[in-house]
Amino acid sequence: MAAKTLTIDGQMVGAAEDQTILEAARDAGIHIPTLCHLEGVQDVGACRLCLVEVTGINKLLPACVTKVTEGWEVRTSSERLQRYRRMVVELLFAERNHVCAVCVANGHCELQNLAVSVGMDHVRFDYQHPRLDVDLSHRLFGMDHNRCVLCTRCVRTCWYIEGAGTLNVAGRGEKSKIITDLNAPWGDSTTCTSCGKCVMACPTGALFYRGVTVAEMERDRGHLEYIVTAREKKQWIV
Amino acid sequence: MTRRVVIDPVTRIEGHAKISIFLDDAGNVADAKFHVVEFRGFEKFCEGRPLGEMPGITPRICGICPVSHLLASAKACDAILAVSIPPTAAKLRRLMNLGQIVQSHALSFFHLSSPDFLLGWETPPASRNVFGLAARNPDLARAGIRLRQFGQEVIEILGGRKIHPAWAVPGGVREPLTEEGRARIKAWLPEALASTQAAIQLFRDVLQKHERETQVFGNFPSLFMGLANDDGLWEHYDGHFRFVDASGNVIADHVEVSRYREVIGEAVESDSYLKSPFYKPMGYPDGLYRVGPLARLNVCRRMGTPLADAELERFRRYGRGAVNSSFLYHYARLIEILGAIERIGQMVEDADLLGSHLRADAGINNLEGVGASEAPRGTLLHHYHVSEEGLIRGVNLIIATGQNNLAMNRTVAQIARHYIQATTGEIPEPMLNRVEAGIRCYDPCLSCSTHADGRLGLDFELVAADGRIIAHAAR
Repeated sequence: MAAKTLTIDGQMVGAAEDQTILEAARDAGIHIPTLCHLEGVQDVGACRLCLVEVTGINKLLPACVTKVTEGWEVRTSSERLQRYRRMVVELLFAERNHVCAVCVANGHCELQNLAVSVGMDHVRFDYQHPRLDVDLSHRLFGMDHNRCVLCTRCVRTCWYIEGAGTLNVAGRGEKSKIITDLNAPWGDSTTCTSCGKCVMACPTGALFYRGVTVAEMERDRGHLEYIVTAREKKQWIV
Repeated sequence: MTRRVVIDPVTRIEGHAKISIFLDDAGNVADAKFHVVEFRGFEKFCEGRPLGEMPGITPRICGICPVSHLLASAKACDAILAVSIPPTAAKLRRLMNLGQIVQSHALSFFHLSSPDFLLGWETPPASRNVFGLAARNPDLARAGIRLRQFGQEVIEILGGRKIHPAWAVPGGVREPLTEEGRARIKAWLPEALASTQAAIQLFRDVLQKHERETQVFGNFPSLFMGLANDDGLWEHYDGHFRFVDASGNVIADHVEVSRYREVIGEAVESDSYLKSPFYKPMGYPDGLYRVGPLARLNVCRRMGTPLADAELERFRRYGRGAVNSSFLYHYARLIEILGAIERIGQMVEDADLLGSHLRADAGINNLEGVGASEAPRGTLLHHYHVSEEGLIRGVNLIIATGQNNLAMNRTVAQIARHYIQATTGEIPEPMLNRVEAGIRCYDPCLSCSTHADGRLGLDFELVAADGRIIAHAAR
């Protein structure tokens, strides 16, 4: 496989031709923030946090789904990108009801960490405060749409790692929501295997183990990567 | 022509309120009202949340007494889980509540109230505060601040943080007490005890110089309510409700917490966001009762620890049967600090306290549950209804400050009538200060106590310069 050479933030980087900018940057020790990206499942480029600038290309490119190209000059943290990233995170916070202080994921939340890293000290947009349900019908797990950022990590995990296809996205735009089966209560799902991988995949407090209280929701996402590596490469690396 | 004097805002209390004093033509006080002008709404917006979040959400009601809400909430959840929590967890919750009582009472006495009677009512507001106290009596101010720190550290050692620890959970608590934590608490005790005893000595002197305040600061017969255990001892975490009358006669006892609706009714006034609970058998507003330190000391047979019991004897000389003056809330508060420190001293010697079995696990076994504990300001009640899945369907909170609402109104009117008499000119500032200080006896926490939604009316009055009400609208 041919190697490509490009620069990321002025640093000369070599990458395999099927690698994404995100993978090449991470291999070179350059951090690009992500939210919908999850090791082990396909990327969808939905959250727009990993947008990067490439010299000579007008539009911004999502690093998670853009393959490396020979000679590209990539910038990952220009002033403009930092501004956009903060705006993306603010919009996520404004859209639903993210109240970190009383959230089960407080202290272990990727959205919260992002807010800190992009310097979000307040939200400039009007909070939408939608009235959304919490589904506690499942014996083991709960789903709180108020805290969902629609990254679809749970959906992809359910389809591509577990293979059950229970979770999906219904609706359009701000009315989008994660559903189980054909929008039945999770507890009534006939396809869910209760494997819990979706809960492990969730970056926020939207999916949680029933009975956890504030700040108790910790998860080990390494399990997902372990399963995928074991299945695809026949390597059982803990 | 009536004239209305407004004290707005009322300072050195927790929350936002104002006082209206209505004067008649002769300039005498016709009536006085304590209005709570802030609204919180926790009873409403907790609906739909999973039960397990409640001990995390409800402590956010207050930054002074989050532990009270934490414990009352966790107990309501225990009732819904229908579990008996591990003994170590129950003891640790008690320990945290004692820390909470110490810190909140120290704040009320030293930071908020003592500047009035230690620096003098005539001292300008700019220096009649804890900073003025620090300038006049630095040792006392330091002792008070450190006493509060002790209580806060007990909370932090157990819950990991001083304010809003999400430590008590349905079925128990999250983290154990470590040996190191126990040693830290123990090391504090001699200083905390000495500071409290010095403050009690000081307040006894204050009482001698403030006989008039003792007579007119909310000195009226009323009922008192608090938790008591089976032996009638001072109780702050478990037990049952007990009511005594103004002469100290027990009129209701062994009332299970879950049956609170049989004895407590809740009335709503149009000029305040604060509900007015009353003793149901006597109706509204005759069933006025007081809660908090004064009430707990009137309700209990004994404190149950030697130093506090000795002080309780002295305290009881101020009443016949029950102590009725609200000015003595301050004294009662200090005695409770003393008792709490003694109890902490006993608890840290208990080997059970370091146990590691801390949490009972269960699903939803009851569709409703009531939890009560004694918050520093009085009895606190959390009552939840849940769906079979454990989603909150209804919340009723009965907060200490609400239960003192009727008594605070009465206190304000009594003080105003005494100090404001037939003045036609300006009403002197120190007079108004006393009215405000009357409210401070109760250490009200308004942020804690204004949650009901959909049951409150709003009343608008358009008042002309000469006092005539020219328009009135209600909704």
